[in-house]
Amino acid sequence: MIVRIATEGQYELTESDAEVFNQLDNHAVGACEAGGEEQFHSAFTELLKFVRGNGHAMPEDRLEPSDVILPPPDVSFEEAKAEFTGEGLIPG
Amino acid sequence: MPGLSGRMSTVIKAKISKLLDRAEDPSETLEYSYQKQIELLQNVKKGIADVVTSKKRLQLQEQKLRDQVVKLDTQARQALAAGNEELARTALERKNVAQTELQSLDSQVAQLEQQQEQMTASEQKLRAKIEQFRSRKEVIKAQYSAAEAQVRISEAATGVGEEMADVGLAMQRALDKTENMKARADAVQELEAAGTFEDFTQLGAGEDDIDRQLRQLSSSSEVENELAKMRAELGSGGGGPAGELGAGEPAGAEQQAGPSQGQGS
Repeated sequence: MIVRIATEGQYELTESDAEVFNQLDNHAVGACEAGGEEQFHSAFTELLKFVRGNGHAMPEDRLEPSDVILPPPDVSFEEAKAEFTGEGLIPG
Repeated sequence: MPGLSGRMSTVIKAKISKLLDRAEDPSETLEYSYQKQIELLQNVKKGIADVVTSKKRLQLQEQKLRDQVVKLDTQARQALAAGNEELARTALERKNVAQTELQSLDSQVAQLEQQQEQMTASEQKLRAKIEQFRSRKEVIKAQYSAAEAQVRISEAATGVGEEMADVGLAMQRALDKTENMKARADAVQELEAAGTFEDFTQLGAGEDDIDRQLRQLSSSSEVENELAKMRAELGSGGGGPAGELGAGEPAGAEQQAGPSQGQGS
């Protein structure tokens, strides 16, 4: 599975890592919806750490679309919430 | 629940497919997409130049403030040596404001430095993808049947389209941050224009608005501490306590008059 961390780059995860990824991803959403800013940031940081640590950075000359895209590492709690309700980080 | 990544992916993919829908003929899609990539690359370059300009401007302001800090410090010493404690206090209050601004400028310059590095890295990555796309484009045009070309074009264009959307996002965020700093730099410049950091001895005797604001802004305890330190430095060899300033001026003041100019901290 190819995961992009927005504004950072793409990483390739193995199938078994993909499962852990999904759990962490859902955990981050849960924290975001529960409304806890600190909780969200720690869950999101954990998710980023997992991708960077377990994934292989994709070489720059590969042209493959990602399976999923994570918000930028410096995403604010407000922005993350807007991802689910408003128009999200990418306008237009 | 699609996860945090789900929604983000959906939005970016929708954006890419909108981009690709514009052209129907495969080779037209290729050229259109390539043209867009080159445009974006130009924009990124412009964005980097913007950040660099802002950084230089802040650095110039920093230098000015640094000069003011030295000047106000010297003036405070001179005022104190001459026995004008009130004037010395005002100078130190202003020095305090200038130093606070200086600290904030420092961290802003560091942030801009980081933005610049990040955008430069984005530019290089995008350049590599575009190069890859360009060579693939020629292969696709030369070697594949229309149906097969369609599939390969869509793959390549989606891959590079995602990179484009991402670089666009990185740039937007970098420029937003830069914009905030510009606003702050403008505010500092207004303070400067209002004479906040100017040579205060030229303002005349009357206390104006700025003086009152400064009094509120600066932490008076810090000023008092500095005053006490200066008093001690300027005071007679015995290093008498602050209250004895008036008594000991002739010998002590003369002795310190020379070195006081060069005494930055």
